[in-house]
Amino acid sequence: MMAEQDGLTMVQALNAALARAMSEDARVLVLGEDVGVDGGVFRVTEGLLDRFGADRVRDTPLAESAIAGLSIGVAAQGFRPVAEMQFMGFIYSAVDQLVSHASRLRWRTRGRLTCPLVVRAPYGGGIRAIEHHSESTEAMFAHVPGLRVVIPSSPARAYGLLLAAIHDPDPVLFLEPKRIYRAGREDVPDSGAAAPLDSCFQLRDGDDLTLVTWGAMIVETLAAAEQLAAEGVTADVLDVATLSPLDMTTILRSVEKTGRCVIVHEAALTGGFGAEIAARLAEHGLLSLRAPVKRVTGYDTVMPLPRLEHLYMPSTERVLAAAREVLAFS
Amino acid sequence: MVVVVTTVASFEIENTGYLDASGRPTRPLPAFADDRDELVSLYRAMVLTRTFDAKAVALQRTGRLGTYPACLGQEAVAVGLGAAMSPEDVLLPYAREQGAQFLRGVTPTELFLYWGGDERGSDFSGPREDFPICVPVASQVPHAVGVALAFQLRGEPRVAVCVSGDGGTSKGDFYEALNVAGAWRLPAVFVVTNNQWAISVPRSAQTAAATLAQKAVAAGFAGEQVDGNDVIAVRDVVGRALARARGGAGPHLVEAITYRLSDHTTADNASRYRDDESVGRHWREDPIARLRAYLTAAHGWTKDDEEATLASCAKDVERAVEEYLATPPQPPEAVFDYMYERLPADLRGQRTAATEARAAAVPSDDG
Ligand SMILES: Cc1ncc(C[n+]2csc(CCOP(=O)(O)OP(=O)(O)O)c2C)c(N)n1
Ligand SMILES: [Mg+2]
Repeated sequence: MMAEQDGLTMVQALNAALARAMSEDARVLVLGEDVGVDGGVFRVTEGLLDRFGADRVRDTPLAESAIAGLSIGVAAQGFRPVAEMQFMGFIYSAVDQLVSHASRLRWRTRGRLTCPLVVRAPYGGGIRAIEHHSESTEAMFAHVPGLRVVIPSSPARAYGLLLAAIHDPDPVLFLEPKRIYRAGREDVPDSGAAAPLDSCFQLRDGDDLTLVTWGAMIVETLAAAEQLAAEGVTADVLDVATLSPLDMTTILRSVEKTGRCVIVHEAALTGGFGAEIAARLAEHGLLSLRAPVKRVTGYDTVMPLPRLEHLYMPSTERVLAAAREVLAFS
Repeated sequence: MVVVVTTVASFEIENTGYLDASGRPTRPLPAFADDRDELVSLYRAMVLTRTFDAKAVALQRTGRLGTYPACLGQEAVAVGLGAAMSPEDVLLPYAREQGAQFLRGVTPTELFLYWGGDERGSDFSGPREDFPICVPVASQVPHAVGVALAFQLRGEPRVAVCVSGDGGTSKGDFYEALNVAGAWRLPAVFVVTNNQWAISVPRSAQTAAATLAQKAVAAGFAGEQVDGNDVIAVRDVVGRALARARGGAGPHLVEAITYRLSDHTTADNASRYRDDESVGRHWREDPIARLRAYLTAAHGWTKDDEEATLASCAKDVERAVEEYLATPPQPPEAVFDYMYERLPADLRGQRTAATEARAAAVPSDDG
């Protein structure tokens, strides 16, 4: 009871968004492994089977390429499938379908067939999971033209962005930072209002430094910003939210103001999405920069098992150290 | 000690054919074969396909078309299945189903455009819901499952017809898709065109399975073989599979046994891996000669009929070549215009840069 009054977790917000979308639009289907009776291994689809029936809430056989591929087929027929990959670590056998088909069906048929598909996948580390359950490979997908990559970082944004993804007429990979699935609660009115895609969210306003991040790293990044504020340094904190297509305008505008930028992500450094943002800052914002752009990321290693996982994940301390480094340039 | 062994599952794979290689019936033909017009339309569709095919190869050889996968020798598979389908069904082809696509209203011009490197060739003016050619082998098979799911959800008496090759049956997507179709009892017919080759790899090296049809058995539905060089048999067997699927009996697999008489594509040289003699032997199975022999014997097909058919197909293909060659390329913006329904802000700059660079490179008419 009390929990309800205190608002929704991200899992509950996602569940509310799915229920909302399904009640508003009969074309919306939910499918994936264990999404029916079990309500999904993280309970994101809990209660949907009872409410919307087995036609629209489907447990699929255990086959990720088939899940993605049949979702493309049913989407081309005008349905709006929301397919769940149980963990991002198992999405790789569906990559061919996403890259070779979902992202380009509209393009290759000159708009004759389209793919209004959402693929949801819990991603990221920090929950002491077993092997293959903690990686963040969003950059692989952000590299694919035609595929939107959207990552919420709070219950309210999860609700609004998932609705937006379902309403969107093109395919969206919706990555859910499972470390903050239940980390906090937020007042999330079930208004049916979508949040804007292709737009960064400004989480803090500041003048001295821009901190750019997404997903669960919002936690460490905001903590660092808080600490800096106590020291009299104010930071703009931007949640990128839609990695691709990227809202570089907001990032550039912020860096024009602050002259300094630190990008934080838990994915590996090399070829991580921070590299794209840093490259664009070099191309379009160099003259505003008063310090080198720094990246705080996971290492170019395999994601460690739980005992060493904390060493891999960027910490508040690492974010602070990078911030101090760029602030040291006068 | 007595060990009791119980058989818990068993299966049989049938093979259907009506005409032998010389066009003589080996058993009573299905009813539709009494209708001369029906057989003539199958015949013409195969001749049109072969005429188109030869022209496409010729255009490629003279630099006017890109790499092209010929369907020489396999015309009966595509024409038979295309003729069996209803217009409201959806075809998910691989690449050698030219004959089926023409019957469904895809124009020769569109296929020339596609193989000539123009996306508009997949914007079919006829069958608006049919899928375009699918290059990543067997990746179209799961799409058919989704299309069939849509039909089932809407309660429509329609069937998704998906074609893949013998090589395609080795792919995970093929198995995954069949498995889902079986589990959900979907209205889908999977046609496997077993042309004995996956580029240079023969059917015998592709799998130890005795037939490709039996791959359906593991997915919980029936599969059968058909003589893929006997268009009457293909039309009949696929037609019956469609009727069952339409009636709610679930999916079916048809393995059509044929032979790829051409190179894999115009970029291939099949003499590297197979000898001319075995190809020559397979020419005796030619599906077009076979139906012509039957038409001549049973329906009074004459030399005049033959010449008129060849001439009218040649004319259709010539007209398509002219249309294709006269089609101007898409404007530079076309690179961007179908990426998303609405061009994202982030892409606007690239679109402008690309079109401006292009405008600068091409002298304008009044310049
Ligand atoms: C997934 C994938 N792997 C490899 C290729 C390259 N390739 C194109 S066609 C082909 C052989 C396909 O054989 P089969 O399925 O028997 O069809 P066929 O070409 O004989 O009609 C190969 C290996 C491809 N297009 N897709
Ligand atoms: Mg083959």
